[in-house]
Amino acid sequence: MKVFQVLRPGFLTTVQDFGRYSYLRYGVPISGAMDTFSLAAANFLIENNLKDAGLEITLIGPELQVLANTQIAITGGTVSLKINGQNFPMWQTLNIEKGDIISFGRMESGCRAYLAIRGGIKTPMVLGSKSTYVRGGFGGIKGRQLKTGDTIEGFSVSSLKVKFKMPQELVPQFTNHFVAHVVSGPQTAMFTENGISTFLSSQYKVTLEADRMGYRLEGPVIEHKAKADIVSDALLPGAIQVPKNGKPIIIMRDAQTTGGYPKIAVTITPDVSVLGQAKPNDIVEFFKIPLKRAHEKLCEYYKLLNNLSEMLVRSK
Amino acid sequence: MKTEQYAFARYMPFGDTALLIEFGNVISPEINRKVIALNEAILKAEIQGVEETVPAYRSLLVRYDLRKINYEQLVCRIKDIESEVKNSNIEVTGRKVTIPVVYGGVYGPDLNNVAKYHGLTEEQVVKLHSSKEYRVYMLGFVAGFPYLGEVVDEIATPRLETPRLKVPAGSVGIAEKQTGIYPCEAPGGWRIIGRTPLRLFNPLQESPALLKPGDVVKFRPIPEEKLKIIERTVASSLEER
Repeated sequence: MKVFQVLRPGFLTTVQDFGRYSYLRYGVPISGAMDTFSLAAANFLIENNLKDAGLEITLIGPELQVLANTQIAITGGTVSLKINGQNFPMWQTLNIEKGDIISFGRMESGCRAYLAIRGGIKTPMVLGSKSTYVRGGFGGIKGRQLKTGDTIEGFSVSSLKVKFKMPQELVPQFTNHFVAHVVSGPQTAMFTENGISTFLSSQYKVTLEADRMGYRLEGPVIEHKAKADIVSDALLPGAIQVPKNGKPIIIMRDAQTTGGYPKIAVTITPDVSVLGQAKPNDIVEFFKIPLKRAHEKLCEYYKLLNNLSEMLVRSK
Repeated sequence: MKTEQYAFARYMPFGDTALLIEFGNVISPEINRKVIALNEAILKAEIQGVEETVPAYRSLLVRYDLRKINYEQLVCRIKDIESEVKNSNIEVTGRKVTIPVVYGGVYGPDLNNVAKYHGLTEEQVVKLHSSKEYRVYMLGFVAGFPYLGEVVDEIATPRLETPRLKVPAGSVGIAEKQTGIYPCEAPGGWRIIGRTPLRLFNPLQESPALLKPGDVVKFRPIPEEKLKIIERTVASSLEER
C-alpha cells in the first residue's frame, strides 16, 4: 500500500527502526533511530509494534503527499507540524486522508522527529533490520536518505477505532543542555586524575562535526597519562573516545564498529537515546554513576518501554 | 603500560550492556587466537542473555540482555568457559582463502610510492606482499573490512598524510604493518597497492562477510585482463585453496 509520495525530502530523512543487532562482528553498525524512545512512543501511539520502522526527520522536515487513508503519529524534538497548512499537535494519533499534504517547520527543540505510520513502513529487511545505513548503502529506501519522488509504502492494516495521546508528563522536553550519565570506560585508567576530573566537571559543546556516526565535542582538554592510542577494539553507541587532542567524541549509532582511541567513559543506554536529540552548539555535561545504578536506570527504562502503551491517554 | 600478553584475562564492563574481556595490549597471533577460541566457545555454549560477541585484535566484547542475565552471572559463566578453553587446548583453525589481486597501475596508485619509500622495485613489493600468509585479526572500520597482519618490515609503510576521499571497493592497502581490503568505496588513508575483484561484503547474505576473524589469507597476483573475468564469474564466491 502506497502511503506517501515525497514532495520535498527535508535535510536528512531516513527509514529507521530499533537497529541492526548481531552483525557487529562483521563490521556492520547498529544504526536505528537515534532517539529510540521517541520512535517507540510514535509506534505505541498508533498501536504498532515497538520495533516497527518509521521515518527519522533531521532538523528540517520533509513535505509529504498522502496517498492512502491511514493513521500516523509524530514524536521527538519539537517541530511545527502542518496538515494542509493547518497546525496539528505532536505526540498523538492523527488521521490522514488521501490527498493531504503533510509539512514541517524548523525544529524548535531537539534535532530529530519521528513519523510512524499505522502498521509500520514496508521496506526490505536487510540483516534483520529496516534501518538505513547511508554510509554502507543498505537498508531503508535503497540504502539512502529520502529523495523527491520517492514513494513510502506501508502495510494494509485495520484502522484504529480509538485515538491515543502521550500524557504531558511523559513527553520529553529537550533544551540546548544535555546531561549524560556515564559509567567508567574500559580505558579510564589511561587518563590522569586531572583528565578525568576535567571530563566530569566541564561543559562540552557539540561541534558541526556531529551526525549519526558520532559527535565531536569542543571544550577543555582531557589529559592522557601517556599515549592516546590503543590496539583497536569494539565500539558501541554511547562510548566516549578521547583522541590525542584531548577533545571527546561520543560514538553514535552509525559509527564504525571498532576504534583505536581510549574510551574514558560509556553513556548509559537511556541517555544515548536522549543524546540523539543533541545538535551542533548544544552543551553536554557528563555525570558519572556506578554500574549498579546504571543497571537500575536501565531496568526502569525497559519497564517504561514495556508499560508505555498502557500509560497513553485513550479517546474516541 | 607495558606491552604484553596478560597472565590472566581482564574482565571489565563496557557500559550498561556489555562485558569486555582483554587478553593483552599488543597485536599478536597468540593473543588473537585466545580471543577467537573464547569467542567460539561462548557462541557454542549458547548462554541465555548473550546477544552477540565482537572479537577484535586482543579483546572480546560480549553484549548481554540485563533482563536475562546480570553482569556478575555473565562474568562467572564466561570465566568457567575460559578455563575450559585453557585446559582443553583446542586450536581453532581458520579457513585458508586466496585473494586474487591486480597490483599497481590505476588499481594500486601507491605501489610506486611504497616501493620508493623502501628503495625497492614495484615487483619486489608485490613479491613480498603476496608471499606471506596473513591472519584475519578482526573485521571493522566499514562493514566487512578485514584487518590482516602482519606485513614484513620491508614493506610496512605509514598511512598517507592526507587520506583519500574515495578509495574504490576491492582496494588492497597497507598501513604500517597491517594490510586490508576495502569492501566498499570509502574514504581512507591506507596506501593502495592493488585491487581484488572479489566482493568482500554482501548485506543480502545471512553471513554477509567473505572473511572472518581467524581465517588465513594469501594474496595471488593476477594480470589486469583477469580482473574483469573474475569480476563477472566469481563475484561473491571465495576461492578455497
